[in-house]
Amino acid sequence: METLYSVTVGILTACSVFLILRGRSFPVVVGITMLSYAVNLFLFSTGRLTIDGAPILGTNDSYADPLPQALVLTAIVIGFAMTAYSIILAVRTRGEVGTDEVSDTDSDAEGKR
Amino acid sequence: MNLLFIIMAPLFGALLPLFLKRTPRTIQTLVTLAIPLAAIIVLLQYAPLTLAGEVPKQFVEWLPALGLNFALRLDGLSLLFVSLILGIGVLIIGYAHYYLSTEDDEGRFYACLLLFMASMLGIVMADNILLMWAFWELTSISSFLLIGYWFHSSDARRGARMALATTGAGGLALLAGLLIIGNIAGSYEFSAVLAAADTIKNHPYYPAALILLLLGAFTKSAQFPFQFWLPHAMAAPTPVSAYLHSATMVKAGIFLLARFHPVMGGTELWLTIVTIVGLITMLVGAYFALLKNDLKGLLAFSTVSHLGLICMLLGIGSEGAVIAALFHIINHACFKAGLFMTAGIIDHESGTRDMRKLQGLMGLMPVTATLAMIVAASMAGIPPFNGFMSKELFLDQAVQQHLFGGLSWFVPILATVGAALSVAYSIRFIHDVFFNGEYKPLPKKPHDPPRMMSAPVALLAVFCIAIGLAPMTMVSGILDSASSAVLAQSVAVKLSLWHGFNLPLLMSFVAVVAGILIYAARDQLFTFNRQFDGQDAKHNFERIVQRVSDAASRLFDRLDTGSLQRYIAFVLISVIVVMLPSLVDISMLTGSKAQQPIDMVSMVGAMVLIIAAFATATMHRNRFVMLMMLSVVGLMVSLSFAHFSAPDLAMTQLVVEVVSIILMILALFFMPQKTARASSGHRVFRDIIIASFIGGIVATLNFAILTSPAETISDFFIANAKTGGGGTNVVNVILVDFRGFDTLGEITVLAIAAAGIHKLLNKLKPFMPSSDVDGRPWHRIKHPLMLTNVANLVLPMAMMVAVYIFLRGHNLPGGGFIAGLIAASAMILQYIANGVDWVKDRFNVNYQSLMSIGVMIAALTGVGSWLFSKPFLTSWFTYLKWPLVGKWEFATALLFDLGVFLTVIGATMMILSNFGKMTTRHRPTYEGN
Repeated sequence: METLYSVTVGILTACSVFLILRGRSFPVVVGITMLSYAVNLFLFSTGRLTIDGAPILGTNDSYADPLPQALVLTAIVIGFAMTAYSIILAVRTRGEVGTDEVSDTDSDAEGKR
Repeated sequence: MNLLFIIMAPLFGALLPLFLKRTPRTIQTLVTLAIPLAAIIVLLQYAPLTLAGEVPKQFVEWLPALGLNFALRLDGLSLLFVSLILGIGVLIIGYAHYYLSTEDDEGRFYACLLLFMASMLGIVMADNILLMWAFWELTSISSFLLIGYWFHSSDARRGARMALATTGAGGLALLAGLLIIGNIAGSYEFSAVLAAADTIKNHPYYPAALILLLLGAFTKSAQFPFQFWLPHAMAAPTPVSAYLHSATMVKAGIFLLARFHPVMGGTELWLTIVTIVGLITMLVGAYFALLKNDLKGLLAFSTVSHLGLICMLLGIGSEGAVIAALFHIINHACFKAGLFMTAGIIDHESGTRDMRKLQGLMGLMPVTATLAMIVAASMAGIPPFNGFMSKELFLDQAVQQHLFGGLSWFVPILATVGAALSVAYSIRFIHDVFFNGEYKPLPKKPHDPPRMMSAPVALLAVFCIAIGLAPMTMVSGILDSASSAVLAQSVAVKLSLWHGFNLPLLMSFVAVVAGILIYAARDQLFTFNRQFDGQDAKHNFERIVQRVSDAASRLFDRLDTGSLQRYIAFVLISVIVVMLPSLVDISMLTGSKAQQPIDMVSMVGAMVLIIAAFATATMHRNRFVMLMMLSVVGLMVSLSFAHFSAPDLAMTQLVVEVVSIILMILALFFMPQKTARASSGHRVFRDIIIASFIGGIVATLNFAILTSPAETISDFFIANAKTGGGGTNVVNVILVDFRGFDTLGEITVLAIAAAGIHKLLNKLKPFMPSSDVDGRPWHRIKHPLMLTNVANLVLPMAMMVAVYIFLRGHNLPGGGFIAGLIAASAMILQYIANGVDWVKDRFNVNYQSLMSIGVMIAALTGVGSWLFSKPFLTSWFTYLKWPLVGKWEFATALLFDLGVFLTVIGATMMILSNFGKMTTRHRPTYEGN
């Protein structure tokens, strides 16, 4: 189970990294979002994997580690805020610059300096 | 009253002249004068102690963890320098009052001057070498401000920058040296360093420490080859030159040599470097002093030369040499400050400092001329003035030393040459300006300055004579204690004007005669030197600076290409490079924890997740499909949380997923639907390699974590959730109670992000497609009937669910975050189904206020605990009997969670409704509708 979990997280990370390295803003934002999923899964797993042990007192004999869960819960919400911010930034850039390319190598590299 | 006052008075007093900007200039000057005078009064209380051989000290703890303390000492060496700094400082302040014109900002000048004075005092009184360094840097900064006082002149700016760059670089070297010394000694307190002198001298790092220390001293004191900055610092107002470049700042390097002489001195290395550098500097400085046409340029190079002389004496380091060095420090301060002030008077009264234009001023300014002749004679080393005596001592030392074995004889000869040049430029200073034919018209008709302006010069001239005639009365006391401090043994100084006929006297005589001859033959010298005119220190310096800055911008251009892809790739490759070796070092990846068996559900879930992730990555060119695949990934992540006993996470992830996918679809409306140009195959290949490595590293780490046994602090939370926080849902209790402060920070971040987005959307003119990607116009029905009806049904139910989830959150999966997101998604559905205007007509809530109220409720709940004298965010709970509901728990944590709830709704709605408005307001109309 642990092997499967870590391989899955690894693949999720690799796919997100590939997307983040694209040259257009939309795939980059999607990549960031997916990377935050991978990171959340990774952080969550620092509490180890427990099945049928939800940390609700009185329901089980042993409980999953609640601390990483609390951390990841806030991380999910912050991740949403970040996704929202970057996607709006991408839209704004498209509106202002007229292109959704993330690098400015073509357009004004000469004019910069 | 204590030692601290001597430094603190000018340090904080520096603010006073700034406050007095609107008062008359005389008051500003008087107030400024009062500050060093007060310090002098305090000093006078301690001086007898020091002269009697004690060392008054003061210790204030500052940063003990760094070994940095505000430790002060007032030994003989400090006393000597403190007296010079304060004494000459007082004269300079008085002089500057007359020198500065009414357009100059006197308050700023005095503030910088006092700041400089405080930092100099700090250097010489510090008993902690790090503290000394801090003040050392402060002198660099304050002298930068003073040299650049007339910042409208480009010469002043360049001179100031050159001085700062040179002395600043030296200061960094000094810091490195001091750190090495302090490390060897085990303490940064000077007394400890002094006690460890032998250890330091025998340490293998001694040469490195010494060279770094000397770099600091030589740059500050303008020793060869760093002498170039001092003449350019002459762009400063003359009082600054008189103060910084005669008595104080350039002497800081000399002070450093003297201070560290008992610690570092006496070794072969010290002897060789310091003596030779001093000797070269003395000759180079004297030669260039003679060539300068500018009065202040002449004085600047002569200062370089005299500093070289002192430096050489400290290099020799015998008892006689140290006494001679310290004596010359006093004498040089007297005559050089006087000469600078004279140059300032001449400049001020005649409008020029150029010796080619000035001549025959004797008749017009007789008082100035007389005073100038006295101080210049002292500089030339003519008896009976004080300069003569220290020069005699110096020549004596030059004769006595045997540093270079069989070649030692060349030192006295070169010393005599230096003395002769010194005589020559002193004569030039006097003869060119005051004699040399009849007066020629100048920009201003010169006359003697107001009496108070020449008073400081007169006082210094009196000192020159008095020290020369009665050296034992005037200076033997302070020289005794200062030399004792430098030599670390008690010394009794014997000084007299007349030593009888001996070799030094003969050398002096030769020097005077040779000096007169050199001056007489100066025209040939000038002609000879004209062939080297192209070599200007300033241009060389500027060229080096320019080259360094060019190289920096070339490097910058190469790094800062404006390509985000390159930056990210660079970061990721660095991660790989750093991580791989440490992963290779791990011998065992698999920990001791046994793996759990794989069940069918997990297997299928993982497969779906992996396939969806690959699909997201590979189908990125068709953006809508990519988004759908992303939502599958998010859903599977949510299910994983549910599977691994994290119901709260699963619920949060699910609703966040819904909201973010809606947001991205909205955004996609303004973006190209497809990626037009594909990356090159080469680039894709590179990215796949990078991505695989990163993924591999993450998987490896995760596997290592998962298979090692867990040690957690969560037992505390589980044990105390019910008793301390009053809830059975431990995750929620952690969020709103144990780690409530984190959550408060987090909702604040959410609110800030929402506000930022609101700002980003302000006046946005997004790119608006008039048709879909295949060229079909938008459908004429904006709000489908089915969706509208379903949405209207869903809203009340969703709200009810939200409230339920919110209320039960403390005990069962749920809570403010999840409830807020559920409510927000139901609202969003209304927007989608009915449009912005429709919703606005019926439900007009200002989401910004909602969000702010949420954050405020959460914060105030925390503050509320103060009312009960409990720490911030202490929660309290009780059980109430409610009608109908029955016994039900009420906790302040619930109030806090309400804040979270409102913030989440407010922020989410603010983001989505603002953005959604963009699509509808500018919605392209269907033709013929």
